[in-house]
Amino acid sequence: MPEAPAATETPSRPEVPASGRRARKVARAEARKTSAWLPRWFWPSFTFPGLLWLLVMFILPFYAVVSVAFGSIDRFRNPLPVWQPWYWTTKYTGEVFQKFFGENAYLQPTFIRTLIYVGIASSILLVAGYAVAYYVARHAGKRKTLILVLLISPFWISYLMRMLAWVNLLESDGYVNRTLQLLHVTDQPIAWLQGKPITVILGLVYGYMPYMILPLFGFLDRIQPSLLEAGRDLGGSPTSTFVRVTLPLSKPAILAGLVIVSLPMFGDYYTQNLLSASPKTNMYGNLIDEAVGASGQGPQGAVLVLILMVMLLVPMMYYLRSTLRAQEGR
Amino acid sequence: MSDLAAPGSRLSAGSATRRGPSWWRDPWRKPRILASITWLYIAWSILPILIAIALSFNAGRSNTTFQTFGLRWWINDPADGGALLQDPVIRRAILQTYILSFTTMITAVPLGVLFAIGIDRWRGRPADGANFLMLLTFVMPEIIIGVAMLTVIQHLLSKIGVHLGTGAQLLGLITYQISYPVIIVRARLLSIGREYEEAGMDLGASPRQAVRSVLLPLLYPAILASLAIVFADTVDDFVTVRYLSGPASSQPLSLYVYTNTRAAATPAVNAAATFMMISTTLVIVLGYLAYKRFARGQEGADMQNFTQL
Repeated sequence: MPEAPAATETPSRPEVPASGRRARKVARAEARKTSAWLPRWFWPSFTFPGLLWLLVMFILPFYAVVSVAFGSIDRFRNPLPVWQPWYWTTKYTGEVFQKFFGENAYLQPTFIRTLIYVGIASSILLVAGYAVAYYVARHAGKRKTLILVLLISPFWISYLMRMLAWVNLLESDGYVNRTLQLLHVTDQPIAWLQGKPITVILGLVYGYMPYMILPLFGFLDRIQPSLLEAGRDLGGSPTSTFVRVTLPLSKPAILAGLVIVSLPMFGDYYTQNLLSASPKTNMYGNLIDEAVGASGQGPQGAVLVLILMVMLLVPMMYYLRSTLRAQEGR
Repeated sequence: MSDLAAPGSRLSAGSATRRGPSWWRDPWRKPRILASITWLYIAWSILPILIAIALSFNAGRSNTTFQTFGLRWWINDPADGGALLQDPVIRRAILQTYILSFTTMITAVPLGVLFAIGIDRWRGRPADGANFLMLLTFVMPEIIIGVAMLTVIQHLLSKIGVHLGTGAQLLGLITYQISYPVIIVRARLLSIGREYEEAGMDLGASPRQAVRSVLLPLLYPAILASLAIVFADTVDDFVTVRYLSGPASSQPLSLYVYTNTRAAATPAVNAAATFMMISTTLVIVLGYLAYKRFARGQEGADMQNFTQL
């Protein structure tokens, strides 16, 4: 073992003050110093199998999508991927962009509809999710654990189960319609599951609410009560303490929650398929799903995936950056 | 906690300058509005599921109206043999669900645990890059990963013998699931620090021994939690699995539910969904019990910590 003598040769030097340098670099130097006597490849070798997997199974598939998106099609309109970047063509990318923004932009309504649905659903999620998270973090008292278990139970109850439950309730002879008829709100059963935007939006809210509540709760739970007491002691009413202390403090959690729920909603095709299945409520995810299912639409599907990725790049990067920062500020 | 101090210490209740009824002016009033929003939300989120479970025990054909109790859609449907444990298609789907979940679990978790250990101790640009790549798979919408995997399999991997079906589904699922153990184990590593394995090495263990007999046992709770979460999440997966499914036999239970929810549904679909729920709940509860057992003597062994994962 070559490492043992090296260890004795490294004397513990007094700490150099970190002024003028970024703390991150110091931390790295520290790490190098303490583990100098481990072989260089020791820790990387742990990462290697998983990294190799991700490189082959994550980067390569994206390269394939790009190759199809900028590739060509054969006589039977099957996609022919082009693997060499110097032969790539933007023919199909241009065609798809025409469908969104050109003369005959028949995909544009779906694009706008997706933005509206996600916007409305995210707003409802934020307001209701914040109220619930705030209550659980500040006021739940000894019922906290029970409420938390109830709030996270949807995580291991399949999304499908939760949508199926609403399909059962909203069918024309389901309990919702029968209750409404009993109360004489309506005479005829309402066709909730045939292209009703409200059903899809509420389905999204129902599906993604746990993902909004948990990060908000995790954050609100960690706010020091002394900060709020200080707000009160300085003469603030409960409302102004909330507006001036709690709310500004929770801004990063609000942004994180919004990103966490909106990323999957932009790729969501199943909520629409299960609760409506009508082109009138189609979302962006449905365009991808339909292109993948249809013959001769291979390049279009790939281009749609790329557009979605580019669109989501900003929120994804925001989320990744804040996560990486949290990891570094250990 | 503030409502415990309510009766004795009303500070601003007397200030008549504020508007509103007296209970509104009391700063230590119970948050009734928030409480009712929370409980309404909980009822809204749980009740439909309870009704769906109840409907799977319907003796009639309807999955919208409960008639009488019966196990017809679970065990034996005399009319057309469509019960959960009777229909060969559904039985095959249950088997497929467990094959996929188990294999994904025993592949993704070791890969992820090693990845997390390496990434936490190894500093430098390549490590940051690997970490970034892993987090990217975590935030990427599943449809993108599913379609990308489908594309690479159709155009490239099929030439080396990987075809749509169980193998393809496993490749996609493992890729999608690796990030969970990494994130969970890494959170644990942050609280452990490097002192333990360094002490082990000072006492004469080789680096490899130090990792195996010092660091790994400390990570057992996180590893168990990862196993449970990856298994449960794979049982519920229907996006990746759907794009990468091949012959009918590669259709797991989740796909059976997905395709039958709107089309000619019988309570057998509810039974299938309930069956999935029982599987995942069981695994999560087992995971929690094991977590509690192994985390004994280490800090943070309560329910709240488990839920924060």
